[in-house]
Amino acid sequence: MSTVTIRNLTLGYDRHPAVHHLDGRIEAGAMLAVVGPNGAGKSTLLKGLAGAISPLSGAVEMSRSDRHAIAYLPQAAEIDRTFPITVFELVAMGLWRRTGLFGGLSKADRLAIEQALAAVGLTGFEARTIGTLSGGQLQRMLFARLLVQDARLILLDEPFTAIDAKTCADLLDLVRRWNAEQRTVVAVLHDMETVRQAFPQSLLLARRAIAWGPTDEVLTPENLLAARRMTEAFDDHAGICTEAA
Amino acid sequence: MYDVFIGPFVEFEFMRRALVGAIALSLGGAPVGVFLMLRRMSLMGDAMAHAILPGAAAGYLLFGLALVPMTVGGIAAGFAVALTAGLVARFTMLKEDASLAAFYLISLALGVIIVSMRGSNVDLFRVLFGSVLALDDPTLILLAGITTVTLVALALLWRPLVLDSVDPGFLRSVSRSGAPSHLVFLGLVVLNLVAGFHALGTLLAVGLMMLPAIAARFWGRDVTSLAAIAVGFGIASGYAGLVLSYNMETPSGPSIVLMAGVVYLVSLVFGPHGGLVPTYWPARHREA
Repeated sequence: MSTVTIRNLTLGYDRHPAVHHLDGRIEAGAMLAVVGPNGAGKSTLLKGLAGAISPLSGAVEMSRSDRHAIAYLPQAAEIDRTFPITVFELVAMGLWRRTGLFGGLSKADRLAIEQALAAVGLTGFEARTIGTLSGGQLQRMLFARLLVQDARLILLDEPFTAIDAKTCADLLDLVRRWNAEQRTVVAVLHDMETVRQAFPQSLLLARRAIAWGPTDEVLTPENLLAARRMTEAFDDHAGICTEAA
Repeated sequence: MYDVFIGPFVEFEFMRRALVGAIALSLGGAPVGVFLMLRRMSLMGDAMAHAILPGAAAGYLLFGLALVPMTVGGIAAGFAVALTAGLVARFTMLKEDASLAAFYLISLALGVIIVSMRGSNVDLFRVLFGSVLALDDPTLILLAGITTVTLVALALLWRPLVLDSVDPGFLRSVSRSGAPSHLVFLGLVVLNLVAGFHALGTLLAVGLMMLPAIAARFWGRDVTSLAAIAVGFGIASGYAGLVLSYNMETPSGPSIVLMAGVVYLVSLVFGPHGGLVPTYWPARHREA
């Protein structure tokens, strides 16, 4: 088990930085909340950690085996909910790294899927098609797929947005369980209460890191005010950044 | 009854050949059509069918109505358009439908010009509407070969194709197979369109690919059953179309596609999953 090292990382779009010169380490087994105003680069950072976008400069360093053991839940999963596929099959896709293109599901795999569905309270939904699920049920299903993925590094982008309190509490329990199993969890969150309750470490991001460390020391009124001062718009005429690359 | 439904096939070899050709087309084309539909590329099949034209026309211009040059030319033109459009969509901001529209318009214009450089009206009719009643041995072997390749490739690519359709972001996060499987799939579309081109002509080549697949959407709940139902619909349309064509003396290719259209219209009205009747006159609801 190893750490993730972020070295002078700049991520962005069309050469405009969304995450600017970020440095830091995510320790193995950490439970890190990423907070900040809209447009602060939180989702971009998660995409960068997941390897879904490549850095404009700098690097995300982790061991090769870790890179292949990432589970990433995007903010708005690009799921086509009209596609005719059952809940069981979609959750089974979490096993992709084991089964690959052709591998079949063993008895143990089927059991793992059943257990994951039970853990998120979707027992009995196996044969339902995904188009019949409510928003909260869909999120529970995606968490079941994360469970099945059995990843060491779990990236969650606003996992509790637009779901009811009961579902939120259930899913947060799952996240805590992952952490107890020594998995690393990085989650983008907006609800400061949830962060203070459940996440010992926080990164307050406003393109640059405003603060990174124990949650109590990061979420101070001064820091939050500083984060809100960030300007959101990209400047099309901004010069080339000369900060040490 | 016998004279209408079975007799023609017992009596005439060309009817048997046509039926075998329709079965081969349905076995390979209908599952491809199911994926085209689920990936919201239904109209793309039609566009691609036109993209084949300049290649087939070039083969025709150089060698006349010959199987090999027209097949090779059609496949080459289809692949060129599909791959270029696919690559443009993957690597620029243009969406696939837009880039495809651009390329197929270019090739359609080119195809018409090439055909007009040589050619009698009979030949032109054959290029446009096919010749399902004149399938010779090499053509049947070609159709069967394309179907075999298609079924094997679909079996290999089934998982990435499904996942790339339902949750492409997740597929990207666990595997790099999304882009290659998409390109191979476009290749399968081209191959099956070339097969359809020989039997049904460039204008109706997509008929046995898309209509059964779209009709199946009203009857199936998962991809596997959709594909199986679509194949069944395709074969049934092929048979019914040939019977219609033989007894009413209608052109055979359009008759087959028209029968597939009838299957679609019936499904649209009565299909249990989202058909008009079950949607607007639902049976009594359950307690929970």
